[in-house]
Amino acid sequence: MYVAVKGGERAIDNAHAWLAEERRGDPSVAELSVAQIREQLALAVNRVMAEGSLYDPDLAALAIKQARGDLIEAIFLIRAYRTTLPRLGASEPVDTGAMACDRRISATFKDAPGGQVLGPTFDYTHRLLDFMLAAGAEIAEAPQAEPRTAPMPRITDFLDRDGLIQPEAPSDEVPPDLTRAPLDFPANRALRLQSLARGDEGFVLGMAYSTQRGYGRNHPFVGELRVGCVAVEMEIPELGFAVEIGEVVLTECETVNQFAGSKTEPPQFTRGYGLAFGHSERKAISMALVDRALRWEELGEDDMGAPAQDAEFVLSHADNIQASGFLEHIKLPHYVDFQSELELVRRIRAEAAEAGTREAAE
Amino acid sequence: MTETEQYNFAYLDEQTKRMIRRTLLKALAIPGYQVPFASREMPMPYGWGTGGVQVTAAVLTPADSLKVIDQGADDTTNAVSIRKFFEKTAGVATTTRTGEASVIQTRHRIPEAPLGEGQILVYQVPIPEPLRFLEPRETETRKMHALEEYGLMHVKLYEDIARHGEIATAYAYPVRVEGRYVMDPSPIPKFDNPKMEMAAIQLFGAGREQRIYALPPYSRVVSLDFEDHPFEATKADHPCALCGAEGSYLDEVIVDDAGGRMFVCSDTDFCAGRRAAGHVGKEGGA
Repeated sequence: MYVAVKGGERAIDNAHAWLAEERRGDPSVAELSVAQIREQLALAVNRVMAEGSLYDPDLAALAIKQARGDLIEAIFLIRAYRTTLPRLGASEPVDTGAMACDRRISATFKDAPGGQVLGPTFDYTHRLLDFMLAAGAEIAEAPQAEPRTAPMPRITDFLDRDGLIQPEAPSDEVPPDLTRAPLDFPANRALRLQSLARGDEGFVLGMAYSTQRGYGRNHPFVGELRVGCVAVEMEIPELGFAVEIGEVVLTECETVNQFAGSKTEPPQFTRGYGLAFGHSERKAISMALVDRALRWEELGEDDMGAPAQDAEFVLSHADNIQASGFLEHIKLPHYVDFQSELELVRRIRAEAAEAGTREAAE
Repeated sequence: MTETEQYNFAYLDEQTKRMIRRTLLKALAIPGYQVPFASREMPMPYGWGTGGVQVTAAVLTPADSLKVIDQGADDTTNAVSIRKFFEKTAGVATTTRTGEASVIQTRHRIPEAPLGEGQILVYQVPIPEPLRFLEPRETETRKMHALEEYGLMHVKLYEDIARHGEIATAYAYPVRVEGRYVMDPSPIPKFDNPKMEMAAIQLFGAGREQRIYALPPYSRVVSLDFEDHPFEATKADHPCALCGAEGSYLDEVIVDDAGGRMFVCSDTDFCAGRRAAGHVGKEGGA
């Protein structure tokens, strides 16, 4: 007698037990601690914080451990945790101009107040596998300089002063929040930036790259890229003034883009903006390029029909948790749907075969 | 502390549930209209029923009895997983009996047994927009619904007939609700479409797409067709091999290396109930 497949529940429990074993790997190899991941895989931690939209290096490191190093899975864990957190309030806007920079470079000026500071970058390393690292060699201590005390004003402020760059009007408008309201189009710039900040690094990178290759080209220069610590302040209603509640490390990128001018505007430079938690340069620069591409309408440019200019396309597909969930759901059983298609195809084929025989007979 | 106590009842916080309930009321007031809602990130992936889970979480009360099915079956892995989720976070009673459930969450099927007043059927919806594959832009499709501009859909159905001799949509077959909105019934086989005119409340949740829509009891739900090509609810032309049912939707199962097949009810509770009542199909004997 035929017995339908049962036991989904036990299969799931066993799969989870096996997964836990695989996560641990060979037990004769020392187990990774969350602190080791936080300290030694910091760029993975940064990506999980940025796309998980939650600044907590310890939780991000835990998520990476739990996800066996699958960063999108780790981002998913952080997002699912984040939604359960109560919202106590909103911070004041952070002042990235007052950032304690570890790194600050400009591609548009050879030198500027505050100077060029390379910081801890891969940029000029030769990508040669370092076998000494595998051997566990001691690392030499990095030379130390006197702490910088001079302020490091934003590069674009200099251009702004001369009217050479399109100004950004300050606004007290409360920015929309796509985690609390359904995404709606047209999306204003604040909403687009929120979506890009949470968006998949690979997707945003690909979109940015497509603009460089001519699909909505906007001639970007990295006006400034800065990485460092900023204070987070929050106004406490009982106190009536803002107090510092913590610090976050941010990467900020402002691009300076060519603009030929239009009938109404004299030629001036325009801006793209990227901001990400942690040291996440690729993400911040990509974000700035895509932000700039999405601004075509407000800057009176032509719609080239490029994917990166299409806010509905970019915003609807940037989120890797939405994308991977929907993509992977096709692993779930679909046999009811498949069955109905199967019958349809069989019926249409039978009808076609019948019609063929009839024609031949005629 | 038990796991149930670590979470708010049915996982979501009360504010979120209230937001979803308001959306549900609006959806019930405008049958077939897709109401945007601020879908939350759930601890299961998008595409795996997050919309249905949020709707279920918002309508569950401690006195409810919950049934979860996927492909008509209570024991498919994702149905098991979602049922477990609510056992853990809401501590509600669960059942596999269609008649005993007050809330039924489903993916891709409507139970064979008619549902009654007082029952709620919650559908998991992947793509709520019936016009999506004709027009990818949400900004456009919302306009089309507002203007009742459904010509594109009729052209698509007509082209099917011209090409294949019949409408080549076997599941997620579009319906028109109360003569107004064209609605996606979720990917149920078109065999199930006529059941949608029912006594129970039907709620549809699309988490990733942030939409909820609904059918109040006894709403008029018409599958789109043409006078000379009327809608037909089709199924495999066999009786169930286990319980002998002639009128239930069937799964096709490959049983041997030579491509041997058998057909069994996709609704496992319906099939088990019939067998318990003494009905025996060709291969259902002991």
